[in-house]
Amino acid sequence: MFCPYEWKIPIGAERCLAYCRGRINSYPALGFGPTCMPVTLENLSVVYDRDPVICRLDGAFADGTLTAITGPNGAGKSTLLKALAGLVDYEGAIDLGNVTQSEIAYLPQIHESDKTFSISVFDLVSMGYWHKAGPFKKFTAAMLLDVEKAIEKTGLKGFADSAINTLSAGQFQRALFARAMLQDAKLILLDEPFSAVDVSTTKDLLNILEGWSATGKTVIAVLHEMDQIHEIFPETLLLARECVAWGKTAEVLTNENLARTRNIMAMEIVT
Amino acid sequence: MIHHLLISPFSDQQMLRALVACLALSIGFAPIGIILIMRRMSLIGDSLSHAILPGTALGYVSAGAMSVGLMTIGGIVTGLLVVFFSTLVTRNTSQKEDTSFASFYVISTAIGIILIRLKGGDEEVVHMLFGDAESIDNATLFLVMAAASFGLTVFAIIYRPLIIECFDPVFMRVSGARGGLYHHIFLGLAVISLVAGFRALGTLMAMGLMLLPAASARFWVNSIGKILLVSIAIAAVSSVGGLLISYYTHVPSGAAIVLVAGGFYLVSIAAGNNEGLRKKLLKSRRLHG
Repeated sequence: MFCPYEWKIPIGAERCLAYCRGRINSYPALGFGPTCMPVTLENLSVVYDRDPVICRLDGAFADGTLTAITGPNGAGKSTLLKALAGLVDYEGAIDLGNVTQSEIAYLPQIHESDKTFSISVFDLVSMGYWHKAGPFKKFTAAMLLDVEKAIEKTGLKGFADSAINTLSAGQFQRALFARAMLQDAKLILLDEPFSAVDVSTTKDLLNILEGWSATGKTVIAVLHEMDQIHEIFPETLLLARECVAWGKTAEVLTNENLARTRNIMAMEIVT
Repeated sequence: MIHHLLISPFSDQQMLRALVACLALSIGFAPIGIILIMRRMSLIGDSLSHAILPGTALGYVSAGAMSVGLMTIGGIVTGLLVVFFSTLVTRNTSQKEDTSFASFYVISTAIGIILIRLKGGDEEVVHMLFGDAESIDNATLFLVMAAASFGLTVFAIIYRPLIIECFDPVFMRVSGARGGLYHHIFLGLAVISLVAGFRALGTLMAMGLMLLPAASARFWVNSIGKILLVSIAIAAVSSVGGLLISYYTHVPSGAAIVLVAGGFYLVSIAAGNNEGLRKKLLKSRRLHG
């Protein structure tokens, strides 16, 4: 068992192999291996107005893994997701592996969405079939049924006709998850999906995340809650503009690493 | 008595043409007004309505009279030019869309006013800015109806991508869809509609019949389909009311129509059951009482 990227990308190769092995160890039942096509970052930097937000990031997200990105405010977590989603310019390289641009689902922070818009939950969720229906094609009966099912699976049964501006933050997030379900994305990027969301919604949505990962989707989420990360996310990237640590969650979230993170951020504020 | 006051004015050919034109505009304007409000672009819509002035004025100056064809083409050209330059500034500088649109529209309004005054008098200026229902001839009426039909058809065709682009442009970008294309088609439609409306309503007032009914409707209903129907109804009633006021008092038709629509807006703010003042009062009473 080897990673095909071992020879394809020289810099990310070593890490990639390590990550794939790590994943195979943690999910022995799935038995991936030869098909492993990770999302690879190579010397990735993002600069806003000459201000470096992310500095020389190297590494890979193996497919089918659940990775948490965590770190202090201003560490570049959201920016990294935006770079992966193709929403900001960057230096260096991002190799999406076998994921194409339209197979990415991206949920921005909840306050970035327009919740005053007068469309129904059903309409919002059906946007998830953009990759099938496009701007003009007809929604088939089967597709409409799928929309209903996704709404049910996220616990919004009975809300299909509700306008989204009448939903709570938790219900709105559920609807966005339902949309992501239909998108059938291989790479799912979530920016603080559980901030401003109630406990039972968080629990339901975490279940959905685990389900996605079990079916081979790569999930990357920016999170703050350490308990959630320890419990659900096998992999963690600790970010402080540069990579502080990246790997198994228990090995990354050590007191030593967290202290280092704080030091790096404090130093950068001084300079 | 009522028939005499409200119906008989429209037996006049001129009034009837104005009425049909305004009703067609009520229908054609509704979808555009809704999108402008939903996308928080009311100000940009306003800028567009000013942007068409120098073009129409140029048409007026060069033709020496109110020539529908030249004024229409001129209006569309300058409207689209302002969209083009504003987008250029927004994309390539740090300035936001509303600032660049506002800057270009004051420039074009100034040019427009000067051009009209070069050829005509105060009356022409007033007619250009505030509308002149009596100037609507068959050619203008045909133009208005064609523009409204064209606008509605295109709107229906691009409805899905346009609504998604308005609601969640980031989703469109990540999905690899060309959201910006639909946004620009929409701005083009807005320009064409505003040009179609300026004879009856004036370049300053056309925006009123586009925005006020949609803004009012939002206080009553909460889905795009329903907002569309309610705003068409409000616009139609405002048109009839405004034309009658203009008929009896000889004030410019555009201003009269917009004033009636403005009345609907004020009533909707106070009495509307969807996010209006009434709901807020009820809520605070429930909290305190």
